[in-house]
Amino acid sequence: MTLLQLDVLLVIEKLVLIIVIVLASLGIALYTTFAERKVAAVLQDRPGPERAGPLGLLQPFADGLKLVMKEEIIPGSANKALFILGPALAMTAALMTCAVIPWSSHLELFGRKIDLQIADINIGILYVFGVVSLGVYGIMIGGWASNNKFSLMAALRGASQAISYELAMGLSLIAVLMLGGSLSLRTLVDQQMAPGSLWNIAYQPLGFLIFFICALAECNRTPFDLPEAESELNFGYHQEYSSMKLGFYLFSEYVNMIMSSAVMACLFFGGYDIPFLDESTLSANLAAVLGLGALLTKIVCFLFLFMWIRWTIPRFRYDQLMNLGWKKLIPLALVNMLLTGIFILMKQEGSWQTITGFFQK
Amino acid sequence: MQSLTNRSREVSRKPLSFMESLYLPAILKGMMITFSHIFKKNPTVRYPEEKRPFSPVFRGLHVLNRDEAGRENCTACGLCAVACPAEAITMEAAERLPGEENLYKEEKYAAKYEINMLRCIFCGLCEEACPKDAIYLSETFAPANFTRKGFIYGKDELLIPHPINEPEAYAKAKGLNQEA
Repeated sequence: MTLLQLDVLLVIEKLVLIIVIVLASLGIALYTTFAERKVAAVLQDRPGPERAGPLGLLQPFADGLKLVMKEEIIPGSANKALFILGPALAMTAALMTCAVIPWSSHLELFGRKIDLQIADINIGILYVFGVVSLGVYGIMIGGWASNNKFSLMAALRGASQAISYELAMGLSLIAVLMLGGSLSLRTLVDQQMAPGSLWNIAYQPLGFLIFFICALAECNRTPFDLPEAESELNFGYHQEYSSMKLGFYLFSEYVNMIMSSAVMACLFFGGYDIPFLDESTLSANLAAVLGLGALLTKIVCFLFLFMWIRWTIPRFRYDQLMNLGWKKLIPLALVNMLLTGIFILMKQEGSWQTITGFFQK
Repeated sequence: MQSLTNRSREVSRKPLSFMESLYLPAILKGMMITFSHIFKKNPTVRYPEEKRPFSPVFRGLHVLNRDEAGRENCTACGLCAVACPAEAITMEAAERLPGEENLYKEEKYAAKYEINMLRCIFCGLCEEACPKDAIYLSETFAPANFTRKGFIYGKDELLIPHPINEPEAYAKAKGLNQEA
């Protein structure tokens, strides 16, 4: 009868962790919207929002309140159930990613070892990909259920873009996984943290570049924001949405940005690793807190990069987008994969002779 | 076809070179440009708190002047209304009665004096036409109102505050750049 023995403490621990992480992600996303406006302002020589609260810090709450107070409109000819499902799905998919991200090493509290990760599943990165592709349904369903030509066009664009770039993203990732030999994000981070080992970016600069470009495309960020091209499609797939349903769509974009930043930090920049510091010399709790800070710093840097790019580069044309995805990134990712394979083999066999011998066989 | 100027240039339709088709160098260049803007001074004037400095000849809303004793200068001669290209000014004259010498400077005064601020083009010709120095354009600007009717300013809005009874309001209405 010991088959189903629930560790109640574990359940509580995980529950608390889930609530804290989801709320923290939402909070960060809230302030990312504010940061976006501030960064845009600074890059364009203007002050940006500064009236609501000290330094405008209450601005995101004012924006949120505005969205909540607005009238909720469901178009008469829209498919009601799907219309509501769209933003919900987008938001859920965006938030689900945070389950497998290792936010830091472990805390030692009340004699328990608490991993700062909701679930360390051995297929972590695969799970991320699965959930991210679910996010496309949010766009697709929302655009389709609105019963609006522009929305549908935008949704089609979004879906085809996401599918195209997911391929290159996956291929660039395979090279990283070949180095690490694991799909678990924590294992990948721990390998980069080990003394004497470098971050993956040192081994995979090309892979990172491809991954980063694809992440931009997956988040529908400029220069790949074709699903939200205001000038071409009025507003994009969320044109018919109002009130908090629109808020959810806009918000899920920011949550997606944070999650993809976190994934990139974990895969290529050592996750919660602090450079030039051996974490094992510190106490577990201190290391965990510092590590969390390190990861958040990396995420913030990525977010700034995302925004910086958004306020610099104009949008791609649709054929340029598809050319870049299919004709450049995918072959590049394949070459990157091949080269990585050759180097790994070389390291294992020790010399060129065996490699050439391998090909001659 | 002969070109009108020698400034026209052939559009280059050369296909992108390899480096150009990578986009990355151009993107990096562009990003450095936007990054450099972080350190630029931002020219915003935070309006209600800060105001842009005006030139001494700025022409804002009109003010009907009083002399040092607080008597109205205007004699309702109508020259401003004649000079007004937008026909924004109307007035009705009245005769000063005995005992009103402390209110009006001369025997005739404007009983009604209206300027339609929506018609006014703030050219300042009324100011130039006035022989009594009774009307001038102040530094006040951007009036707000809920109705169009509210923009027809009567004497109560136009008259400058009394220089002896309300010296502070008088100085404010007079403006910083106006010579006393």
